[in-house]
Amino acid sequence: MLYTLKTFGITREIVGERELKFEMSGNHVAELKKELIIRYPEMKALNSMMVAVNNSYAPDELELKEGDEIALIPPVSGG
Amino acid sequence: MISITDKPIDVQKVIEASNSLEAGAVNAFIGTVRNNAKRKRVVRLEYEAYNAMAIAEIQKVVDEACAKWSLLGWSIAHRVGILEPGEVAVVVAISTAHRKESFDACQFIIDNVKAKAPIWKKEVFEDGEEWVAAHP
Repeated sequence: MLYTLKTFGITREIVGERELKFEMSGNHVAELKKELIIRYPEMKALNSMMVAVNNSYAPDELELKEGDEIALIPPVSGG
Repeated sequence: MISITDKPIDVQKVIEASNSLEAGAVNAFIGTVRNNAKRKRVVRLEYEAYNAMAIAEIQKVVDEACAKWSLLGWSIAHRVGILEPGEVAVVVAISTAHRKESFDACQFIIDNVKAKAPIWKKEVFEDGEEWVAAHP
């Protein structure tokens, strides 16, 4: 399936765009994280990388569906 | 009220938005931009947020605080964009009947907003830049 991923902070700089079209055969958050690290090895060096689906932090076992709003969340540093 | 804004935060307005006539305590935490980090001079900070999710996460933190303490009013503002040393980055204002719970609730909220809200800052030094907390 083709996913559209929003990117922020350092993930935006690694990817080079604010929205990334990402094609992969898997459909779980864990597979997405694994595939991202393969295609963007710099993401492996991050302290953490979470995925948010529809504005909530998503557990690894969550299934991604068409139309979901998906975002990459590198370590947060607000405040 | 939760606001994420690229305009300077009016601290007084955030405090007023949290007030209640039943409150005997208003506690405000004001986070500002430091002019140094890692023994280097900070030229500016560049903040960005995933706005919709940041508001949702901050609301969850407030809901948790409301379950723990009797908040009579609250208001939170976070700045995004380019900030220079001395500028206000975040304000959390809480009003309660008595002072102790205003301190406790305010600390709980700022600690959890910092840990959970999808907001990022890049420190720009004279000789380089770095996304805060990105790498070990």
